[in-house]
Amino acid sequence: MIQLDRVDKVYNQGRHNEVWAVRDVSLELATRGITVIKGPSGSGKTSLLAMIGCLARPTRGRIHLDGQLLSGLPERFMTRVRRATFGFIFQRFNLIRGLTLIENVMLPAYPLAPDPRELHERAMRLLRQFRLQARANNKAEWLSGGEAQRAAICRALINQPRILIADEPTANLDSHLASELMELITQLAERGSGILISSHDPLVFEHERVARVVQLRDGRVCD
Amino acid sequence: MIQDMRAVLRRQRYLLEYSLAALARRPGKHLLLLSVYALIVFLLSSTLLFTQAMRQESARVLAESPELIVQRLVAGRHDLIPAHYLASLTRIRGVSDGHGRLWGYFYDPAVRANYTLMVPRLDPPPAGEIHLGAGVARTRGLGLGDYLSLRSARGEPFAPRVTGVLDGRTELVSSDLILMHPDDFRHFFALPPEHFTDLVLEVRNPREVRKVAEKIIQALPDTRPILREEILRTYDAVFGWRQGMVFLVLSGALLAFAILAWDRAAGLSAEERREIGILKAIGWETREVIAMKLWEGAALSLMAFLIGYLLAYLHVFHLSATLFAPVLKGWAVLYPSFTPTPFIDGLQVATLFFFTVFPYMVAILIPIWRVAITDPDQVMR
Amino acid sequence: MPLNPAILALNLVSLTQTLMLLLAASLGVQILRHWDLSSGSERQLALERRTELIATLVAWVCAGTGLALLLFVYNAEQLSTQFVGAMCATGVLNANVWGWPALLLKLGLFFAGAVWLILSRVDLQAPDHPLIRPKYGLLLLIAPMALVETLVQWGFFSALNPDLITSCCGFLFGPEGAGVAAEVAGLDPAASLVALALSGLAVLASGLNYRLRGRGGGLFGLLAVAACLVALVAVVSAVALYVYEHPHHHCPFCLLKGGHGFIGYWLYLPLLGATALAVGVGLMQVWRAHPSLVTIIALEGRRLTTIALVLFTIFYAVAAWAVLTSNLILWST
Repeated sequence: MIQLDRVDKVYNQGRHNEVWAVRDVSLELATRGITVIKGPSGSGKTSLLAMIGCLARPTRGRIHLDGQLLSGLPERFMTRVRRATFGFIFQRFNLIRGLTLIENVMLPAYPLAPDPRELHERAMRLLRQFRLQARANNKAEWLSGGEAQRAAICRALINQPRILIADEPTANLDSHLASELMELITQLAERGSGILISSHDPLVFEHERVARVVQLRDGRVCD
Repeated sequence: MIQDMRAVLRRQRYLLEYSLAALARRPGKHLLLLSVYALIVFLLSSTLLFTQAMRQESARVLAESPELIVQRLVAGRHDLIPAHYLASLTRIRGVSDGHGRLWGYFYDPAVRANYTLMVPRLDPPPAGEIHLGAGVARTRGLGLGDYLSLRSARGEPFAPRVTGVLDGRTELVSSDLILMHPDDFRHFFALPPEHFTDLVLEVRNPREVRKVAEKIIQALPDTRPILREEILRTYDAVFGWRQGMVFLVLSGALLAFAILAWDRAAGLSAEERREIGILKAIGWETREVIAMKLWEGAALSLMAFLIGYLLAYLHVFHLSATLFAPVLKGWAVLYPSFTPTPFIDGLQVATLFFFTVFPYMVAILIPIWRVAITDPDQVMR
Repeated sequence: MPLNPAILALNLVSLTQTLMLLLAASLGVQILRHWDLSSGSERQLALERRTELIATLVAWVCAGTGLALLLFVYNAEQLSTQFVGAMCATGVLNANVWGWPALLLKLGLFFAGAVWLILSRVDLQAPDHPLIRPKYGLLLLIAPMALVETLVQWGFFSALNPDLITSCCGFLFGPEGAGVAAEVAGLDPAASLVALALSGLAVLASGLNYRLRGRGGGLFGLLAVAACLVALVAVVSAVALYVYEHPHHHCPFCLLKGGHGFIGYWLYLPLLGATALAVGVGLMQVWRAHPSLVTIIALEGRRLTTIALVLFTIFYAVAAWAVLTSNLILWST
């Protein structure tokens, strides 16, 4: 269970370019099933996901994950919670160019210092699962859009997270690839992962397997 | 416990591997820095290696020189010393033996160089014959059996025959040497008989040298005793000082290098910033990014250090320090060409480290930290 | 001042380190004044991120001081040829009043940095960072120490006048001399060996006790300081004699030379490392009852103690080996 209690996020506080990204949001979200946060761009979806995923700290308010207070943690502890709990798929996939596909997938595991052989096997298992094993040693920039997207999912799953966070995952995909992605995501949800998606793509929030949709506008929840 | 340590090492290994891969991915970006870095290491280590080699060379030669030399001073200047001084000196307790020496300098206008003329104590060449240092032989183009013609102090021609050329191994100090018979020497310089350039004393117990020197000044107030250890000390100080001067001169270059390093570490391309942002977003902590970037710096340093030091080593020990010799050897025209004996020592490597790697690593610390604190949610914005 | 590269390097390093520590201390002051972990403000985040910079700076200063210590001794060794009567590093350090203080301040800086890093390591493992105040308070003490070290070292080098007649280690560390060093050297080798053995047993036993029972960490730290001092005295007054196989050669630096198998490194590095760790373990016991630190200090203390015990064991084993395999016989039974 993720609980948000009167959460604000203000960027550049007190300066002329101050931005209120999220205002007074209180929410309870399940850590299983698919939840979509919906809203136009600039509505604060990404900031909300970033705070839930321990990428950013709320300016005010509290966030609890299964009873543990996340919002008062120093950055390095947030990072630890993050890598133990969350996996991320970013809008632009954000693979590192020049590294091979499998290196990109293994990257989030480096700070956890697993046994290299075990890590390699884990990565290969994921690549096989997502039909990428043949591309394992290709450079990231040579992958097609669909492959890059599946690679980003593999990278998000390498540390076996409980919750997968996807920020506008279909924004850069054609409708065919977008529905393929939703297919993969529903499969993961069926296996017990919690999935949080921000999107304003009907293909996502109108998908039959979505358990809950939260509507955001101007940083506030509106139902 | 052991597993913890294994994890720590393994994490660092992953970070190191990542940073090496990052270096390899952008070789062009680091090429300029690497070459400047290696050049600095090269310049500094050439200086150190070369002067150190000279210091050892001269110490080796001086080790065979006499323990105690006595000169006579007239009006504060070195003058010829009468032979009868020797008798009163050898009576001093602790002095076991003594003899007079004849040596001097001669300016040869033909090659515009100074020679050192000397009468060796043992086996001087017979009258009319001389032995030459390799430098003199080279510049005058003389070989065995040739005649060297010079003009004596009285303006008469003097043309002894060359019957020996000195061993090149001690060339640093013997390069400009001409050895001759005492009578030839006195005749050539028009010296009065029964006078020497200076006197050399042997002291039975090396610990008593200072005591003996004090007694000499009391017995013969117009003399000046010179101790071998003092000469050695002066040489050491002079070579150390020369190194220091070169380092001071190069410190401007060092500062420029540190600024370059700072600039390079701070001026990351958009692509590199994005990469750090991704690492932060997918779960790397700030200190892990710092560690990774420091590994990168360390790898670069190691490379530059090895390249620079190796080149300096080759330069000094195989090419006789062609670039530096004129500055550091300090005497003109008859350059001794000598190939120093190779060696490496801890003091030098530590000094070089602090002059190159240390400033580099300090210069990149703050820029690295600035990059490493990139907001993890940046890639989402 | 003899203008040689090593001296330039040492001054450069000390100056840089002082600047680094002053920077760290000034950042520390900001943290002390504005730290508020409950705030989600951007300033608090910026302060948290500065702690990473400070830790990195102190780590570099500590590592740099360790290397500078070596350079300092090497350099003194080399300068010894320029001083009448100085036959090794000791003579040069003796050339004026600043020599030994400079060496001791360097050692002190190394210890202070190491202990700070240990505290910081403990602090950073607790989500509420309970040691923020003691940590940055300590940093405010370390930074001036670096400044003093820089000045004393500068004073030492600039007062070096190569014409001085100094006493070499034969004088200073010989029983006939005067002063603390000579008294140290004049100690009965047998007595100091016994003291070495007893202090060694005490520190190993207390460390083992802490390691196994989780109590007495403070005692371990104190005993480690005592054992370190006893060990240094014993090296000068007895172990050195066995290494040199000469009944009157006491120099603590000649041990670092190749002629003696670099045994000095095997003695000093483990001893200094072990003492720094043990002092860190001892000091962290002050906060062992703090709720968020209980398990961290128990775990970290045990881990560091294990390393310290290994290092102490290496030191005592090498010292014992040096004494037992020596051909020198000081007394027969």
